[in-house]
Amino acid sequence: MRVVAAMSGGVDSAVAAARMLEAGHEVVGVHLALSQNAATLRESARGCCTIEDAGDARRVADMLGIPFYVWDMAARFKTDVVEDFIAEYAAGHTPNPCLRCNEKIKFAALLDKALALGFDGVATGHYAQIVESASGARELHRAVDMNKDQSYVLGVLDEDQLARSFFPLGDTPKPQIREEAATRGFYVAAKPDSHDICFIPDGDTRKWLTDRLGEQPGNIVDADGTTVGEHAGAYAFTVGQRRGLHLGQPAAGGQPRYVVEVQPGTNTVVVGTSELLGVDALTGDHARWCGPAPEGVVPVGAQVRAHGEEVPATAWADRDQVEVRLQRRIRGVAPGQSVVLYDGSRVVGSATIAKAAASRPPAAG
Amino acid sequence: MRDSFVYLDHAATTPMLPEAIEAITAQMAMIGNASSLHTSGRAGRRVVEESRETIAQALGARPSEVLFTSGGTESDNLAIKGTFWARRDADPRRVRLLVSTVEHHAVLDCVDFLEAHEGAKVTWLEVDHVGRVHPETVRVAIEADPDSVALVSVMWANNEVGTVQPIAEIASVAHEFGIPMHTDAVQAAGQVEVDFARSGVDLMSISGHKVGGPQGVGALLARRDATLVPLTHGGGQERQVRSGTLDVPAIRGFAVAMRLATANLADDASRLVVLRDKLIRGAQDAGFGVHVSGDWEPGDGKRRLPGNAHLLVPGCDGDSLLYLLDAAGVECSTGSACQAGVPQPSHVLLAMGMPEQQARGALRLTLGHTSTQADVDAFLAALPAAVERAQRAQVATSTQNTSRQKTR
Repeated sequence: MRVVAAMSGGVDSAVAAARMLEAGHEVVGVHLALSQNAATLRESARGCCTIEDAGDARRVADMLGIPFYVWDMAARFKTDVVEDFIAEYAAGHTPNPCLRCNEKIKFAALLDKALALGFDGVATGHYAQIVESASGARELHRAVDMNKDQSYVLGVLDEDQLARSFFPLGDTPKPQIREEAATRGFYVAAKPDSHDICFIPDGDTRKWLTDRLGEQPGNIVDADGTTVGEHAGAYAFTVGQRRGLHLGQPAAGGQPRYVVEVQPGTNTVVVGTSELLGVDALTGDHARWCGPAPEGVVPVGAQVRAHGEEVPATAWADRDQVEVRLQRRIRGVAPGQSVVLYDGSRVVGSATIAKAAASRPPAAG
Repeated sequence: MRDSFVYLDHAATTPMLPEAIEAITAQMAMIGNASSLHTSGRAGRRVVEESRETIAQALGARPSEVLFTSGGTESDNLAIKGTFWARRDADPRRVRLLVSTVEHHAVLDCVDFLEAHEGAKVTWLEVDHVGRVHPETVRVAIEADPDSVALVSVMWANNEVGTVQPIAEIASVAHEFGIPMHTDAVQAAGQVEVDFARSGVDLMSISGHKVGGPQGVGALLARRDATLVPLTHGGGQERQVRSGTLDVPAIRGFAVAMRLATANLADDASRLVVLRDKLIRGAQDAGFGVHVSGDWEPGDGKRRLPGNAHLLVPGCDGDSLLYLLDAAGVECSTGSACQAGVPQPSHVLLAMGMPEQQARGALRLTLGHTSTQADVDAFLAALPAAVERAQRAQVATSTQNTSRQKTR
């Protein structure tokens, strides 16, 4: 098959490209230029679209003897990922831009362009597995290395996208991938993993948002409505957050207080004690199914963060909407986060959390 | 893997001439620093000076006017920064640079640097729709304040669309006001007739690998009365303005190539014009509405570089075409500069008044001494399938496309 290997310049996508080539595919390396300012040089191990990264990717492609191109998707990335990210925060949500990027850029814009140019699919260095079921359908499964598993950020892919996707690293633990890269002579073998959000190079999301949304002073209130502090913009707060509240007075009883709700309409941040954070009833919209949509109430495992824990639950899907009931309460679930549903190691699908609540009031403490 | 490929990117670099390879190889076996006083040093020096004479003769210059550099970019840097600093030192009012909007980045970025760090003021010389600077434009720009001008710089021929500039006329306008003139002749030397003395320019950049010599060597032709502040300091080689041990083998290869390129110029040019015209006509006849940019008149090799074909393919991104043609064994270019390999719409095409969308579909095909009719045929055979796919890819990735945004 003719396959585009998306090459970020990191160790994972380098090995993924090498493995595709070794499996006998015709491979072309493509680095996505996503930054509006392509000339940004590396400031830390965070960014993912610097000149240095493009150069690293090119060097690996040269070693493999495959063609290499840089495709400029900065405009699409800005519209579909960066602006969406800002709008979500402005609406009081906590989005995960990596899911959006996979849904709209890597397995949409990139994949569509590759298909139009005559390729059969796209391979990436994500840690996840594609398993062919008895019926021949391609299922998305967790990676064998649970420390690195990235199936969560791929939970937005539908059957069509999965049919054209290759994740050659899913069967191997990460340390072994680094060894393999070193054996292959890739000098990116020891390159640090990228983390955080690639378009916020210094990792300071709050400052980045403030630069774009401006300071919007407002009140921090208690659960009973008493003003207990001030903030410079409700958008910069996330449910479950404890730091950065700068509350003048301690809570009655001296318990630490957390953000329990962000109300963008009134620019208000509501704080409360930790027991107010526990939720077990999630309502999600923008449902995406990696295979057939589930029918009726089905038992699932639910995960609400990229490297969060999976909690036993039941899910009920109705078109674009999903209701999830967790078997126990979890903390710090913010609207905008994605809930990804699993059946064993198989990814069933995902939804964006619109509402998170406790199904019963918290027990009196 | 392909067995053979069609190379249509001679403006990027052209294959080395066998005679140049032979000369370089022979010289690499020789010992000697051209600055040393002993026998070996003198032998090296002799090669350098003979090469200097050869290049001077090929381009209508005096040997003492040839300053060897590492290539076209360094020559442009030395000419522009060196002249700016020297002229401003002599008269602090001289801070204005008159530069065409279609220059290579080696010139543009020097000017940007001087503007950002050295207080230079830039007056951009606009071009017409074929990319040509009119001498009258230069006159108007100078007359706004003649005493403030440090330098005029206009390239001899454009690297993207191949437009040849009226260099002698522009130089004579500059000289009316006593202002020196630089020209980047990297694409012109060996392609069209270039005579340094007759052109009247004070400074001229040339490069080795565009004429069949090696990469990493070039020269700045500088009149004896052109004062330049050096950019590199050290051993005082090359009239004290370009210190550094000379690369004797590369210089020897450069001279051999320049001699052959200029000696064969008339024959090569008429042969290339025929091939170029067939290529352009064939692309136009392919039925995609292909447009030729720049100044094209069939049979002409003086107003446009003989080997330059620059096509605009509607509904395509140049980088998609580039990939598809490369996969089909045809190597060419979009012609525009890259940042981290990201194709930007060409500043040259935008300066010519072209809309950005049209400029994105640019494809530059440049012929050279190894080009044949078979190369042109192979390109024309590969073009239709490439255009069809590239057009589909553009639809797939346009920002308006929201097909994937629908939920199932």
